[in-house]
Amino acid sequence: MIEFDQVQKSYQVDKRAIPALHATSMTINSGEVFGIVGHSGAGKSTLVRLINLLERPTGGRIIIDNENITDYTSTQLRDFRRKVGMIFQHFNLLSSKTVADNIAFPMKLAGIYSRADIRERVSELLARVGLSEHADKYPSQLSGGQKQRVGIARALACRPTILLCDEATSALDPQTTQSVLRLLADLNRELGLTIVLITHEMDVVRRVCDRVAVMDAGRVVEMGAVSDVFLHPQHPTTRDFVFESENIDREEMQQDMQHAQGRILRLTFRGEATFKPLLGKVARESGVDFSILSGRIDHIKDTPYGQLTLSLIGGDLALAMTAFQAADVDVEVVR
Amino acid sequence: METLMDGLLSNVDWLEIGWASWDTLVMVGLSLLFSVLIGLPLGILLFLTAKRQLLEQPLVYGIVSFIVNVLRSVPFIILLIVMIPVTVMLIGTSLGVAGAIPPLVAGGAPFFARLVETSLREVDRGIIEATQAMGAGIRQIITGALLPEALPGIIAAITVTAITLVSYAAMSGVVGGGGLGDLAIRFGYQRFQTDVMVITVALLVVFVQLLQMVGDRLVLYFSRR
Repeated sequence: MIEFDQVQKSYQVDKRAIPALHATSMTINSGEVFGIVGHSGAGKSTLVRLINLLERPTGGRIIIDNENITDYTSTQLRDFRRKVGMIFQHFNLLSSKTVADNIAFPMKLAGIYSRADIRERVSELLARVGLSEHADKYPSQLSGGQKQRVGIARALACRPTILLCDEATSALDPQTTQSVLRLLADLNRELGLTIVLITHEMDVVRRVCDRVAVMDAGRVVEMGAVSDVFLHPQHPTTRDFVFESENIDREEMQQDMQHAQGRILRLTFRGEATFKPLLGKVARESGVDFSILSGRIDHIKDTPYGQLTLSLIGGDLALAMTAFQAADVDVEVVR
Repeated sequence: METLMDGLLSNVDWLEIGWASWDTLVMVGLSLLFSVLIGLPLGILLFLTAKRQLLEQPLVYGIVSFIVNVLRSVPFIILLIVMIPVTVMLIGTSLGVAGAIPPLVAGGAPFFARLVETSLREVDRGIIEATQAMGAGIRQIITGALLPEALPGIIAAITVTAITLVSYAAMSGVVGGGGLGDLAIRFGYQRFQTDVMVITVALLVVFVQLLQMVGDRLVLYFSRR
């Protein structure tokens, strides 16, 4: 478990303290995939680097598995860092070492593994990330996705319990992003690995995260289960991210709604409800006519969801709304 | 053909040329060795203590940087003369091959140190950060990540330093150093033996070309980017 207790960080620039992270308290549970989303400069990079103390907090305590890591001596800190893997946007592989030597590198640094142990672990990891035939290549000979897989294998070499991902998919194309995210989700499930992932893409959060924190200007402005934050964003920044990820143009949507008649409702279906033939039934029973202004059916991690914006005309509106609510559908009145 | 060669190169004593070439080789080789041995740690120190680096130490950086700059800003011909008392103190004489080596190192080591500092700065910061995140200490970061990643740059720096030392070594002939420069000055310049001058210059050119070629090959071999 990772606990932030009033953690803050500021940088000295020209003798003035510029805050990068305002006092923040939060808890990341063991075994969950925790997303931190925010625009560049929002402080998410700082936040993730505080977890392995690549950045030192200027205030507050960081407690990991009941130990205050900010009190660690430099030797303790080095041992601790071996238990926290990290992957990066630009992979940060050593260009002078082969794929196998890159993966072996953290084990060699640790100085507690025998050559045989290292060789065995490296081939095991190469197989796990699907790069066995590339062991003797140099990073420059690999594609972006392959490089990130090497990065993941390297991060896992010393069997960490926490994996930090710093914009790990931001330099990859959509298909490669998907396969890397799938790998991360598998590792989370198989190894019980706690994953802290920072990104500026809400889509990444939607696919793999259990919970998410939204950051803006050095503060966590919204935090919760991904399905809640994603389907019912509260803070304007969160809304921006969600709209952006759904390719919704707000102005266009506003215009569309002006043309629509009657009440406008946004219905959110989750899980089983997504697949029930509800609309027709409610329309028949309540006598309302509806037209669909926008709609989407997708998944949040493994849970299907649907979101429809309807305009309803005539009939018994109150009856329709109760019928939706009775079927476990979230109803939001837009107009 | 033989008579023509004799006529053109009548003053050239090939045995003398041979010995002078050997002396130049020894001077460049030994001074390069010491320049690397002193300049490499100095370059690493400069890199680490610079602003926003791992061991930021403005005072240490300022002092080392100042000494390096002073040695680099003194023209080598002046450094040769200024160094005479130091050289006598170190090895008993300021003359010959041995006497040339201290001033050569005094000129070569700071030059090489700056080049090392620059090539270490070329290493991606992300790689240093990743190595830190793996729990590496400062020594491990240097030997495990920084030096291997900067190796092609450091080899190129050694090549440039070696070539600079060839020209410095030739210059040391002015104050009684040995080698091809000594030959060029005593025979080519002071006795107007143009043929000796041409041969020494040609040999120096060949020497520099060979160094550059070998250096470039090594850089290519160690570059994995």
